[in-house]
Amino acid sequence: MARSAVTMIAPGVAASVAALVLLPLCAVALQAGGIPRLAVGDGQVVWFTLWQAAASSALSCALAVPVARALARRRFAGRGAVIALMGAPFLLPVIVAVMGLIVVFGRSGIVNQGLAALVPEVLSIYGPPHDQMTAPSISIYGVQGVLLAHVFLNLPLVVRMLLAGWQAIPAERFRLAQTLGMGPRDIGRHLERPMLIAVLPGAALVVFLVCLSSFAVALTLGGGPRATTVELAIYQAIMFDFDLARASALALLQVVLCLSAALLAGRMALPAGFGAGLDRQGFVPAPPGWRRGGDALWIGAAVLFLAVPLGAVALGGLPGLADLPGSVWAAAARSLGVATLAAALAVTAALVLAGARARWIGLAAMLPMTVSGLVLGTGLFVLLHPVVRVQALALPVTVLVNAAVALPFVYRLILPEMRQLQADYGRLQAALGLAGWPAFRLVTLPRLRRILGFAAGVAAALSMGDLGVNLLFAGDAGATLPVVVSRLMGSYQTDLAAAAALLLVGTSFALFALCDRWGRHAAA
Amino acid sequence: MKTTLLAAGISSVALMAAAETPVLTVYAGDYFTSEWGPGPAIETGFEAFCACDLQFSTGNLLPRLLLEGARTEADVVIGLTTDVLARARETGFFAPHGQDLSALTLPVAWPDDTFVPFNWGHTAFIYDTTRMATPPTSLEAMRNLPDGVKVVIQDPRTSISGLALVLWVKAVYGAEAGAFWADLAPHILTVTKDWAESYGLFTSKEADMVLSYTTSPAYHLFAERDATKQAAMFPEGHYFMAETAAKIAATDQPALAESFLAWVLTPAFQQVIPAANWSLPSALPVADWPAGWADLPMPGKVLFLNETEAETLRLEAVEEWRAALSQ
Repeated sequence: MARSAVTMIAPGVAASVAALVLLPLCAVALQAGGIPRLAVGDGQVVWFTLWQAAASSALSCALAVPVARALARRRFAGRGAVIALMGAPFLLPVIVAVMGLIVVFGRSGIVNQGLAALVPEVLSIYGPPHDQMTAPSISIYGVQGVLLAHVFLNLPLVVRMLLAGWQAIPAERFRLAQTLGMGPRDIGRHLERPMLIAVLPGAALVVFLVCLSSFAVALTLGGGPRATTVELAIYQAIMFDFDLARASALALLQVVLCLSAALLAGRMALPAGFGAGLDRQGFVPAPPGWRRGGDALWIGAAVLFLAVPLGAVALGGLPGLADLPGSVWAAAARSLGVATLAAALAVTAALVLAGARARWIGLAAMLPMTVSGLVLGTGLFVLLHPVVRVQALALPVTVLVNAAVALPFVYRLILPEMRQLQADYGRLQAALGLAGWPAFRLVTLPRLRRILGFAAGVAAALSMGDLGVNLLFAGDAGATLPVVVSRLMGSYQTDLAAAAALLLVGTSFALFALCDRWGRHAAA
Repeated sequence: MKTTLLAAGISSVALMAAAETPVLTVYAGDYFTSEWGPGPAIETGFEAFCACDLQFSTGNLLPRLLLEGARTEADVVIGLTTDVLARARETGFFAPHGQDLSALTLPVAWPDDTFVPFNWGHTAFIYDTTRMATPPTSLEAMRNLPDGVKVVIQDPRTSISGLALVLWVKAVYGAEAGAFWADLAPHILTVTKDWAESYGLFTSKEADMVLSYTTSPAYHLFAERDATKQAAMFPEGHYFMAETAAKIAATDQPALAESFLAWVLTPAFQQVIPAANWSLPSALPVADWPAGWADLPMPGKVLFLNETEAETLRLEAVEEWRAALSQ
């Protein structure tokens, strides 16, 4: 009976999500009145968008594998803090992340100052210095900057997804492998590779989709119009050219690109199917020797790469923190409320959807990621405006849209473990007649708690940082923290903006850490 | 007993007043209404005499109006800049202002029956005197900047100041605009979506110069007591830009809307503009500007494309910019 309830609820939720995404898109297209059309030069825009997203995704995944493996098999003081740090960059509002990266890798950043100070000294060993000698410098502006920023933002998420994958390999398999005398290489081939094959396509897809809709990062660090993405073209079409026909054409194109990628990745992501272990997690053999040094190097490099820009954001924000007026704190409280509600909504929906097996339900869950947030906001505005006073609905709409935008992440995080759970315990559950709430409480929740906590944290922090829907729904009393940050930046209030950004990062991270902690404590 | 009656009397009067207070809805840009913008002072000032409730509603002005169409709640829109007026006028949403514009003190003629300018300024490149001893002295000199000098600008496809820059270059160079961009390209550190991001890169010392306004140094001078930020003055002239207010034709408060537009041109309103909007007042003689403002360096020559010229050149100028910077 409960089984049939779930089979009915899931299609309902999936259909609602699809409607929430597709109706606004249609509304924009209808409002445009004309036939959706593209402009000259859009081909180049699409090409740049696709290849930078693919490259960012590939780099993030390639670098995440050694870091996640090192974290999975080593135990050291501060390991918990490092894993928590892995949550942080993904949760940064992109504009704050860019600020932090520029402090480190910018023209007058730490790296270039270090090069300028050290290199002449090193060169002077070979001869007296002369005037023409200039220190080499690196530039963050260009394609390399776009990739750097995207890896900074997404590497941590992939590491966490892979780490969960490693920890989900039952300890018995590793013990069996050791009993059979397998070395690290054989363990890699027989245990780790199947796990990676199951988890990596989903992770790569998420990063690819995130980067596909990137635009402020791509423009600012890309160095100019060469780095125009589809999302920037949509922003231009809606906000500047008032060309809704072009906006809807571009948005439609983006949906098609994203869904193709989702279908491709969905085909590859299959559960490993090894059979269940005795449900003791967290044992990954740690090979001695040179591999120990390698792991330390990977962890150290990742921590430096992630922590230094974050530290820069924190240092930049501290001086103004005491001067923040009450309105900023009120906006912070509002953002916290929005984020908590959106996260609860997203996780509930994702749990329902992950339990269903139909292919179209999986696609519906990914749908919100494929549509431009700006088009979503504009479409909702077009739909709601004739019926209600939209400004009064700013916060409820923000909650709903943020929940929808977070859903694909949460769904992708939960799905592999849910599939595994069903494969391992589904028959036992059926034999025992365990279903509905008891099944959730006794089987699902204890097994999935770790990933549910992490997913809820990601969803909450994602909606803390969201600015997108607020552009049109700004709402006069409903400004959230990201809106306040952009207002401060637009009024010469650089120090206050940095402080508000720190507050934003701090609350996002606290919210994330709280959820994540709940999940990890259960698993320990 | 007496006090209870009195209290009841006062509260019922207050309730009646609240019920009858007409509301003037003013659409404004997002920055405008925050406590760091001119909005709060303008609201207090107007409500002091209008017997009304002025309510700002923020958002992206023209896109929002176009989406709302005839159902808009706006009575007045404030913040449309000169370069988008052609497209704003074309919507047919706006009504003539009915004001006497003789109080205007703009450097250009303003024969417009619909849009009332409330501030103005020029586009300029800002530099830091502690980091740049000899700034370029002309727009032409921007083509031959010393090696390593980097400028940050805004995208004309997403930002009004970025659009002003390409129109500025177009007004000076005409058919040669593409060549100008090709020469400047190696010195462009990056292009940002909006003004705020560019200005942040400049103040954090990433860029040596930033595209902004001639009035930007005033913020540093008067709010931060910092005289190191200066606008580079060019003999070719600087591009003029004004922000305007206008009445929505379908307003249900036509008298209040006109009263607001009239108030925009009074000294009480104009005095708020410099230090709250960091721009120049549109209807205030220089002698009445706040202390120190009259001493700010001003360009010798003002370049201005009227809205028809700007709209005609816009697409061509943006495309020349895009082509040159995409090389």
